[in-house]
Amino acid sequence: MKRSWNPSLWIGFVFAILGFFSYIFFVQFPITRDFPWANLLLFAFGAIFLAVGLKRAFGKPDTYRGKIFGSIFALLGLGAFAFFSFIVFYELKQLPESKGAPRVGAKAPDFSLPNEDNEPTALANLISSKAPNGKPGAVLLIFYRGFW
Amino acid sequence: MRSFQQRLSDFDKRGIRVVAISVDSPEINKRQSQKMHYTFPLLSDADTTVIRRYDLLHAGGGPHKENISRPGEFLVDATGTVRWRNLTENIGVRARPDEVLAAFDRNVSPGD
Repeated sequence: MKRSWNPSLWIGFVFAILGFFSYIFFVQFPITRDFPWANLLLFAFGAIFLAVGLKRAFGKPDTYRGKIFGSIFALLGLGAFAFFSFIVFYELKQLPESKGAPRVGAKAPDFSLPNEDNEPTALANLISSKAPNGKPGAVLLIFYRGFW
Repeated sequence: MRSFQQRLSDFDKRGIRVVAISVDSPEINKRQSQKMHYTFPLLSDADTTVIRRYDLLHAGGGPHKENISRPGEFLVDATGTVRWRNLTENIGVRARPDEVLAAFDRNVSPGD
């Protein structure tokens, strides 16, 4: 007897792969980036479908296919989830403590650095010069990793 | 950074000058600035002097193990005093413009 197709395994695998690669899209929005719930949800759907598919494949091996490729899909999905978790919950948090960074109430260390036109730009000048609207100057310093 | 450019008028209104600092060269910054239409300055701290002074050095944090800056934001008032700062614990999570504007309205503006 020809065993029937086991679509749960395929759907679960697609969800797991989507859960992984969709981070490229979701990372653009703070709401899905600060905590990656959208990706975790996709992984969860993947896990459910894969579990259902595997249960069928192993529980009724005479009726359903997928014992071998289902296991491979599940392993790949698990691997994608593990790698995703490693990156998002571990790798991205490997930051120096910066205990010596200027605290609230401390003077911001002065500096002079070239801007994109190679003109020196000093913090002291930014602060002392009045803003275009005449208000006393305030400065937001954004340190960032660079574009590479 | 794109989000700060989009909200730059709100910073202008409050007299806050936005300045971004990284290890990238002025040439890279020029290209990036033109491409992204940034109107605030991108400053180059190629030898990480200022990044070290602010204790933000992420040694070997670059894609090829270069020394770079960790993300960090500081709001400095007219007297040069830090009135708010944000040091994220996750590279993917940065301060949002709304957060900074709210901090300014709360911590800096009423006194001035």
